[in-house]
Amino acid sequence: MKTIYLDHSATTPVDPEVVQAMLPFFTERYGNASSIHHAGRDAYDAMGAARESVASLIGASPDEIYFTGGGTESDNLAIQGYAGHPVNRKRGKHIITSKIEHHAVLHTCQFLERQRGHRVTYCGVDGNGVIDLDELAASIADDTILISVMLANNEVGTIEPLREIRRIVGDRPIAIHTDAVQALGEMDIDVNELGVDMMTLSAHKVYGPKGVGALYIRRGTRVGPIMHGGGHERRKRPGTENVPGIVGFGKACELLARDGAAVRERVARLRDRLVEGVMARVDDVVLNGHPTRRIPRNASLCFRGCEGEALLLHLDMAGICASSGSACTSQSLEPSHVLAAMGVPIEIAHGVLRLTLGKGTTEEEIDYTVDTLTSVVDKIRGISAALGV
Amino acid sequence: MAIYTEKVMEHIASPRNVGVLEDADGVGTVGNPVCGDMMKIYIKVNGDRIDDIRFQTFGCGAAIATSSILTELAKGKSLDEAMAITRDTVARELGGLPAQKMHCSNLAADGLHEAIRDYQARREGQE
Repeated sequence: MKTIYLDHSATTPVDPEVVQAMLPFFTERYGNASSIHHAGRDAYDAMGAARESVASLIGASPDEIYFTGGGTESDNLAIQGYAGHPVNRKRGKHIITSKIEHHAVLHTCQFLERQRGHRVTYCGVDGNGVIDLDELAASIADDTILISVMLANNEVGTIEPLREIRRIVGDRPIAIHTDAVQALGEMDIDVNELGVDMMTLSAHKVYGPKGVGALYIRRGTRVGPIMHGGGHERRKRPGTENVPGIVGFGKACELLARDGAAVRERVARLRDRLVEGVMARVDDVVLNGHPTRRIPRNASLCFRGCEGEALLLHLDMAGICASSGSACTSQSLEPSHVLAAMGVPIEIAHGVLRLTLGKGTTEEEIDYTVDTLTSVVDKIRGISAALGV
Repeated sequence: MAIYTEKVMEHIASPRNVGVLEDADGVGTVGNPVCGDMMKIYIKVNGDRIDDIRFQTFGCGAAIATSSILTELAKGKSLDEAMAITRDTVARELGGLPAQKMHCSNLAADGLHEAIRDYQARREGQE
């Protein structure tokens, strides 16, 4: 059976060009970037080139890019490292975020509340998943030090108005962090245009390797390390650098700069074909998230009378890899906190299916998926019929 | 993510005895859509035996598979034997269920017991 992979927001295949770029750094060019000899210098230089490529993709300068072990670590470094810096701690203990953040942000904020005495405001969102800017503006207090709002939501794909948040904050001494893991590669990103001070990035969502990410930290933004050890990454992230991974991340960013716009346009067209196809053939379907301000690859759909895990399992039997934020597929059994914040009734939220396309997705795959989904929904609704759900 | 046994997957792929019994002698409804799992079990009783059984389920893979196998277990059984079928029986017959599914989705035995009680209540009403 052929695999049809429609879960690119979970992870992406590593691009063969990225693999090629990485390979020498496992075998021939294995130096430790901290070593003073020529093998170490070679690794150091390769990392520098990767740093430039990541920086240039988001309009930053290379010395503002700090490599980490992934998106979750970058979020932790941004929030804990900023809120925990002695100067910031003295200035205040209030943080503003949204209710629809990734758990890497939400649980870090909850940790600070419980263990470090911080106060956190979790702003609501509207029915499209866009943050309530009035609530955000009203919640800014004298002791607010940090705002963390994602650039694009991982479940429903809505793009958040970071530029407006900067406008609201103005030149108050409040740092703005954004988790851009789902946005990278899906839209043009410029840290200066957005007015953010910190930005979380991850390689494996953009055809790079797993286990490597980066945090952009604007020059002058006070962030302390959250792990302790060597002086790597200019004393912000100790530990011998994952040189092959970092080189791969650099290459992945280079490919985005080269092909990103064309891929986006193609993926958006296929996504629209998918959504329109499903809408035309299946009743009682809702597209979650903002109708237009959304990342190209995301189609998040709720099917009334179906439960998300049952949908996933049936699609999987037909070779299609998808995802669901439904309670039954998570360890917690809690229904999606994102859909709940958007006001989606809980019985509808159980029927959520997330299909996320990628650069390898074809029109044939989309048409097959629409056909399969139509019959799978029919079958599942046949089992639940007349239960009044 | 939860790993299901082959038997569970097989019941998800081809659930047995799906549907409604129009002239059911007893109907049991358990769960609710807000929890994400809801089941309805219909039984037709002949003498002391469950002659026919059908189910409808809204829920995850485990909810569908437990309903399906329950109908197989209960069909042809006496009411006493059917009352002795528990959640554990159902899980065991499926070769096990992931821990987090044992409570929320393994409702089919409860549904069957409800249906039997409904049948008994209707009979008492007639007498």
